[in-house]
Amino acid sequence: MAIATPAGAAGSSSPFVNPQKGLPDNVFLTTLNAASSWARKNSLWPMPFATACCGIELMATASSRHDLARFGAEVMRFSPRQCDLMIVAGRVAMKMMPVLQRIWLQMPEPKWCISMGACACTGGVFDTYAVVQGVDRFIPVDLYVPGCPPRPEQLIAGIMQIQELVQRTGTMQGTEFQYRNRPTGPAPFDADEIIRIREGQLQLTPLELPVSLKQAQTPTLTQATP
Amino acid sequence: MPVVASSLNPAASRAHTGGHGSHPREPVDSEYLWTLNFGPQHPATHTTLRLVLTLDGERIVKAEPDIGYLHSGFEKLGEDLDFNQYVTIVDRMNYISPLANEIAWHHTVEKLLDIKITPRCTYLRTILAELMRLHDHLLCIGAVALDLGAFTAFLYFFQQRELIYDIVEYASGQRFHTSYTRVGGVMFDVNTAWADKVRNFSKGFPKIHSEVDRLLTRNRIFVDRVKGVGVLSREDAINMGCSGPIARASGVVRDLRKDEPYLAYADLDFKVAASKGGDCYARYLVRMQEMLESIKIIDQAIENIPDGPVNVDLEGKSVLPAKPAVYRSIEGLIHHFEMVMPNRGFKVPVEEIYASTESPNGELGFYIVADGEPRAYRARCRPPSFIHFATFQHIMPGYMLSDVPAVLGSLNIIAAELDR
Amino acid sequence: MDFAALNEHLGGVLKSEAFRDNNRVIVPANRLEELMSHLKHVGGFDFLSDVTCVDYLEYPGATDRFGVVYVLVNTATRERLIVKTFVNDPAPKLPSMYSLWKTADWTEREVYDLFGIHFTGHPNLQRILCPPEFESHALRKDYPLKGRGERHNFPVITRAES
Ligand code: SF4
Repeated sequence: MAIATPAGAAGSSSPFVNPQKGLPDNVFLTTLNAASSWARKNSLWPMPFATACCGIELMATASSRHDLARFGAEVMRFSPRQCDLMIVAGRVAMKMMPVLQRIWLQMPEPKWCISMGACACTGGVFDTYAVVQGVDRFIPVDLYVPGCPPRPEQLIAGIMQIQELVQRTGTMQGTEFQYRNRPTGPAPFDADEIIRIREGQLQLTPLELPVSLKQAQTPTLTQATP
Repeated sequence: MPVVASSLNPAASRAHTGGHGSHPREPVDSEYLWTLNFGPQHPATHTTLRLVLTLDGERIVKAEPDIGYLHSGFEKLGEDLDFNQYVTIVDRMNYISPLANEIAWHHTVEKLLDIKITPRCTYLRTILAELMRLHDHLLCIGAVALDLGAFTAFLYFFQQRELIYDIVEYASGQRFHTSYTRVGGVMFDVNTAWADKVRNFSKGFPKIHSEVDRLLTRNRIFVDRVKGVGVLSREDAINMGCSGPIARASGVVRDLRKDEPYLAYADLDFKVAASKGGDCYARYLVRMQEMLESIKIIDQAIENIPDGPVNVDLEGKSVLPAKPAVYRSIEGLIHHFEMVMPNRGFKVPVEEIYASTESPNGELGFYIVADGEPRAYRARCRPPSFIHFATFQHIMPGYMLSDVPAVLGSLNIIAAELDR
Repeated sequence: MDFAALNEHLGGVLKSEAFRDNNRVIVPANRLEELMSHLKHVGGFDFLSDVTCVDYLEYPGATDRFGVVYVLVNTATRERLIVKTFVNDPAPKLPSMYSLWKTADWTEREVYDLFGIHFTGHPNLQRILCPPEFESHALRKDYPLKGRGERHNFPVITRAES
C-alpha cells in the first residue's frame, strides 16, 4: 500500500504533549490542529462508491465478522455532502466516470479518497473499451488498496493508514492539500497508448485520429463542474 | 380534475390494497407529474442502476430503468481470452455467487468440446453450486431486509456467508473470485477436512435459517412492506422471460436442475420450491425454501461424493497438469506449455452451442461460437438479471415510491451481470 | 417440433442443423416474422430465452456478416429450439419480436447497441449499455478491444480544483 504523501510533511504520532506542572492530571495541552485531526481521524464518514464486486467486500468489512466500527469509520453515508472519505470500490465504467467526478466535487473539504481494488486503481483485468484505466487519472486519490478484491483486513489496514495520514497532515489550516495540486495519477493517456490505438485501427480502418481523442487533448472542466 | 382525485383516492393510489393483478394506467394530466431521478449512486440500488421515475404524488406512473453504468466489455474480453483464462472474467459477472458462473461457463465449454467430467468432479461441482445458491439467497434476503429496516437479518446472514467464504477459500485459496473450475475438472482436489467443514456448515445452518425465519416471515412490518407488492402474473413472467426464483414465485414451475438435469442433480433427491403469489413476499418465501432444499442437496452429495480423480484423464490432455508435475517432470512441463501456447491443446470444433444452468438467479446460459481456435469467437452470456430487470418497468406502475426498494431487492439485480 | 411439418408450412425455405443437444433452424430474414409467430402460436414456444448476435466478419467460411440468434423454449414440453437468421451490411435490419415476446425489448436493444442492427417495430430502440454519445458498435469485430480512446475522454480533476 502506498500513500501519496506530500514531501516533508511534519510527522507526530501522538497529538498530546506532556501536561505542564501545576495543572491537574486530567488536563492535556495540545495544539488545536493536532486535537482536531485526532478527533477527525477517529470519526471518518466513508462514502461507499461501491460499483462492483469490491462493494460486496466493503459490505463484508462493515458487517459481523470484520466490523469496521472498531475504527470509527462505520457510518456509511450515501449522501456525499456528509462524508469525508470516499471509497471507490469497483471498476468505473465510461458511463459512470462523470457521476464519480460529480460526487467527488460535492463532498466538502477536507476529504480523502481510497481507491479499493485492482479495477479502481488500474483497470485490473478489464483492459477494455469501456473501463476507465484507474480512477486516479481523473480524480485525486490518496491511498491505493490492491487486490481483486482486497480482503477486508487489507481494507481495514488501508483505512488505518488514512487515519495516520489525517493525523499527520492536519486539517485545521487547510495546509494538507497545498502540495497536491497536480493530478496524482498517470496522464490520462500516454503516448504508447495512442500509438497502440492507432495501430489497432490501421489494420481495420483508414488512419484518422478519432474525434474523441482530439477533444481529450485539451481537457476542460466545463462538464464536470456543477 | 381527475388526477388529483385519483391520487387522493386510497384505493386507487395504493394499488396493492386493492387486490392483485393488473394496474390499469389512467390517463393522467402530465402537468401534475414530476420526475424523480433514482440513482445511479443510491443506497437502495446497491450498485449502479438508475431509475427515472415519473410520479403522481407518491404513486409511480412510469418507471424507466437506465442501465449501463457498469458496462465493462465482458463479452468482448471473451473473444480475447482462452477457455480457461476467461473463467477469471465470468467470475466477476454475478459477483455474489461467483462459482455458479464458473460452473455455467465450463459446463458450456465442456459440452462444446465433448468432454465428460469425472464423477467426483460432478459431485464436487454440485456441492459448490448449491453453496453458491445459499450464498446468493443469503445476501439477497439480507439486503431486502436491510432496505426495509430489519438490520439484524442482514448481520445474521452475513455471518453465514463468511462461513461459506471459508469453505470456498479452503478449497481454492481465494475467498471471493475463486477461478476454481477448469476445462474438464477443477483446480485442486478437496480433502476430508474440507468435507468436514461443509458438514459443519450444513449442520449449523438450519438453526440460523429458522431464527431469521422467525424474525421476518410473520413480522408485521416486513410483511406489510412486501405482501402484494410488485405482483408479476404467470403469463407475464413467461412472456417476459423470467426464470429462477422469480418465475417460480409466479407459478412457473421451471427448474433446469429437474428439466434438463446436469451435474449430479438427476441422482439427488430434492424438491422445487414454488408459489403462486407472484409478489415480493412470494419471492422471499421461495428463496427461503430453496435454501433448505440446497442444504438437503449438499447433505446428500457430501456423503455420496465418489473417490477417484477429479480431472479427466491427463492422456486426453485437455486439462492443465498439476503444478507439482509441471515443476518436477519434463513431460508435465511440456504438457503445460502445449496447453498454454495458443493453437495447441484442445481440439475445438467449428460450431456453435448454447447451454445453460440453473444459477441462483435464474437461467444462466452461454452461447459460444467456436472457430477452431482455443478461444471463443463469440462468448455470449444470457444474464438472468438483465432479463429480470426489464420486467421492472412493467411491474412498477401503480405502486408507491417506497415499494421501489422492495421490488428491486426481490428481483435481485446484480449490476455486473446486468451490464457486463 | 417436427421440422418437416414446419418446413412445409414455410414453403421449404428452412434449413435445420443439430449439434450435441442443440437443434437449430435457419431461416431467411424475410420469413423470420412468419416463422416466429407460427412457432409461438402453433408450436407452443411461449418463452423467448435470449436474443443475441454474432459478427461473422472473420469467421472461417462465413458468407454473411451478422447472424442473429433466438433461443426459444416451450415451457410445457421443455423443448428448446434455436432460430437463426442472417443479415448483411449496409443497414442490417430485422423485424422486432417485441409484439410476440416482451423479452425482446431489452435484448434487441442490446443487439442494436453492440452490433448496430435495427429492429423495425421496436417501441424504444435506443442504446442501452453504452452511453448515448458513443459512436461505434462495440462488439463488431472491426472495433478494437481497447476501444478508440473513448475511455480517456474525461476532464481531470485535481486537488486544487475540487
Ligand atoms: S478489483 Fe476485482 S473484485 Fe474489485 S471490482 Fe475489480 S474485478 Fe471486482
